[in-house]
Amino acid sequence: MWLGPSLALIGAVVAYPAALLIRASLSQYSVTGLYQGSVGLRNYARLLRQEALTTVVANTLVWVTVIVMVTLMLSLGLAQFLDKSFPGRRLVRWALIVPWAASLIMTSKLFVWIYDYYFGILNPMLQSLGVLHHPVDWLGDDSTVMGAMITVGIFVSLPFTTYVLLAGLQAIPADVFEAARVDGASAWRTYRSVTFPLLRPALLVAAVLNIIYVFNSFPIVWTLNDRNPGFGHDTMITYMYKIAFKSSLRDVGLAAALGVVNVLLILLAVLVYLRSVRWRAQEA
Amino acid sequence: MAVEISVAGARGAFRRVRLACAGLLLALVVTAPYLVMLFTAAKPVGELRASPPRLTPVAWHWDTFVDVLRDPGFQSWLRVSLSVALASTALVVLAAVPAAYYTARHRFRGRTAFLFLVLVTQMFSPTALVVGLHREFFELGLINTYAALILTNAAFNLAFAIWILRAFFASIPREIEDAAAVDGCGRLRVLVRIVLPLSLPGVVTAGIFAFIAAWNEYIVALTLMTDPDKRPLTVGITSYVTAYVQHWNSLFAASIITIVPVVVLFALIERHLVGGLTAGSVK
Repeated sequence: MWLGPSLALIGAVVAYPAALLIRASLSQYSVTGLYQGSVGLRNYARLLRQEALTTVVANTLVWVTVIVMVTLMLSLGLAQFLDKSFPGRRLVRWALIVPWAASLIMTSKLFVWIYDYYFGILNPMLQSLGVLHHPVDWLGDDSTVMGAMITVGIFVSLPFTTYVLLAGLQAIPADVFEAARVDGASAWRTYRSVTFPLLRPALLVAAVLNIIYVFNSFPIVWTLNDRNPGFGHDTMITYMYKIAFKSSLRDVGLAAALGVVNVLLILLAVLVYLRSVRWRAQEA
Repeated sequence: MAVEISVAGARGAFRRVRLACAGLLLALVVTAPYLVMLFTAAKPVGELRASPPRLTPVAWHWDTFVDVLRDPGFQSWLRVSLSVALASTALVVLAAVPAAYYTARHRFRGRTAFLFLVLVTQMFSPTALVVGLHREFFELGLINTYAALILTNAAFNLAFAIWILRAFFASIPREIEDAAAVDGCGRLRVLVRIVLPLSLPGVVTAGIFAFIAAWNEYIVALTLMTDPDKRPLTVGITSYVTAYVQHWNSLFAASIITIVPVVVLFALIERHLVGGLTAGSVK
């Protein structure tokens, strides 16, 4: 069977663990991970009673919305810029690839160093520019840590988004712009009435895929928020991970319940994605 | 071109220079954090804790790169990363080629369902399923095995390979295959002898993508590989900076050694990335 190997892989490493996740969410486990029987929906009820849940859900909302919105806005400009022809354009495209190709965990460690209160380069730089008067403990101060993490999130989301929008721009036939020019439309008018509407499908795809990627993002929050105790700056993904694997908790059942919620949210986003691209097998 | 030296031409040239300068600035801004990485890696230990911190080293100390390459820990992580990434790449290509070929050439019951399944796996990162994945490999006794890591990487990167290969296969004219079939080639031989050589760039693209994704994978390795000797680079190098030791220069030298090859590979497949990641919805 031609599809056999693919189906076997997906079945063994995607479908089966998904089933185990659901089962785990209905079960109880010892701290060492041994199965101790079914508990029905009790894990879900416990999840709702977690003190940290409200904060974590709010963090996730801020994390996803701000990153996706800002990334899209910046990428619209970047894509427009890269669509022009000028010497060195390849260089810019390659530069943009670096944050995309680099391992996220290494980029996250890099920003821990850049943000460092004592030895990081960010504080002295901002001070010499006159933006700051005193150094800020970016990752230790409750009021700045989310913003600092979101900045990194935007930084690593820009390349993919810009590339998708650039591909969208380049798919617009040149004669459309020619027609607008003949009609005497200004550059801004052309952008608003011609480019932007034609770019909407690409924008939609970039938005939904980014929502999924950013929601799923783990290394940035995991690394930059490493020093802070508790769950004050966690997203639903890192919160789930801490419940499951951080030494003091190790509550598989509770983590699995949150895991199921996360999976359902992603599934919802996938459905929105499919609707938005009017996905049909023939086209894919 | 050179004939027309008009005001408009001069203005165009001026505009191109301005754009090029803006481009250069943009390239610098995007890579600036990684320059900090490079400069920090090149600082001697004494300068890491200089106050106030300097951007560039006073004395450039490239030896850290050599030290990292000689570090048995780093060599072990590198070996694991290479083996896991290569094995999962091979697995991805082996599984994706027949699936992509079959779905590109045949309409059959369940085809839509299959492609839908593939798309869903692409949207799900292992992150969302990590608790389930851990349960599975824990119950199978596969914690701390390369097999667990290889299989996970392969499964989650299958989708990109299938989309890319389908596009390449579909672009090959059917007549070539029909001719080969008339000459007595079986379906498998047509695929191996005719179709694959013609779509080699697609196979390379799919392979490179699978390799990079496995090379950069973090959360599954962090969760499943608790034995320090079996950790890949992404997890291993974080041990250069912990609560007890702070070898930032080694961490960043190792990071640069890890990042540079994949940036080059990524640049090679740049053109195909968007198509593979958006599953044909954006042209």
